[in-house]
Amino acid sequence: MLHTVNKSPFEHKALEACLKFARQGSAVLLIEDGVYAAARDTAVSQQVQEALKSVSIYALKPDVEARGMQDRVMDGVRLVDYGGFVDLVAEHNAVQSWL
Amino acid sequence: MKFGILVNEGPYTHEASDTAYQFVKAALAKGHDIYRVFFYHDGVNNGTRLTVPPQDERNVVKRWSELAAQHKLDLVLCIAAAQRRGLMDAAEAKRNGKDADNLAPGFRISGLGQLIEAGIQADRLVVFGD
Amino acid sequence: MTEEDAGGVAKRFLYVNRRAPYGTIYALESLEVVLIGAAFEQDVSLAFLGDGVYQLTKGQDTKGLAMKNFSPTFRALEDYDVTKLYVEQEALQARGLSEADLVVAVEVVSAERMAEIMEAQDVILSF
Repeated sequence: MLHTVNKSPFEHKALEACLKFARQGSAVLLIEDGVYAAARDTAVSQQVQEALKSVSIYALKPDVEARGMQDRVMDGVRLVDYGGFVDLVAEHNAVQSWL
Repeated sequence: MKFGILVNEGPYTHEASDTAYQFVKAALAKGHDIYRVFFYHDGVNNGTRLTVPPQDERNVVKRWSELAAQHKLDLVLCIAAAQRRGLMDAAEAKRNGKDADNLAPGFRISGLGQLIEAGIQADRLVVFGD
Repeated sequence: MTEEDAGGVAKRFLYVNRRAPYGTIYALESLEVVLIGAAFEQDVSLAFLGDGVYQLTKGQDTKGLAMKNFSPTFRALEDYDVTKLYVEQEALQARGLSEADLVVAVEVVSAERMAEIMEAQDVILSF
């Protein structure tokens, strides 16, 4: 399953909820304000690093760049463009959007 | 692959409509099909032709209309959500005794069944919202 | 094509509810999708996570808000053959609620079980 998260992890529970329910081997794509979770050295970085052990985590590049986060993305989080987003959807059996 | 798209928020206030639009464009560029783009909740506000965004800003409604024309997309506003929020086509306006209609080109108004049908017929359904 | 024969094999549809009622319209409008969707004879489940569990609590009296109390509709879902209502155990506990506080019979599940249910779905609708 592909999960998308579009909320900042500091103000919302969407990422926390997503990671609670995402099974081993799923993919999580951070989009819109959700990309803030991809940043190094934040209050949630450890949780995200931990999650990388069981799920793949991606961030939508245009959203990362719009927010000036491009030099702060943690290792292990892969950046994709909208084409990559489309590929992720096609590659997984279903998509769950954590709004 | 056939994609069904659900847009739950209106233009500008949330990024949902933007992300959905860029996703649809990218999917089409890759040769995929868009079965339907269904607009629900405040998403129906993407279908009003009365927006006049600042000249130097993207025109969210217009570019949906243009993409629809270019690729023969089926853009559908949910009738129940549209009625609540004042989106009308000419027939609806007449039926409801309203003195105006405001539906943008390329959009049509229909029932929630169209969303379910998209879920059934498409290979993937992607939801964009708040 | 009539609504009833819109497809071949039934797909598994999951409606994910994470929002409380009345503060926003998502709860009400998502229920409207469930009701319309029932006519399509797909394999439907509803999941209530986080604040979504508040949609199911007893004793909702909305007169003061001049809004419709739509919680009784959850009891009517059975008549539409929508019987799989899953409620996140942790969400109930965190809110000091138990199954006895809910208007309709549900299956209270652990996060692990809920994750399993989600993974098995074909179409997931979030509102």
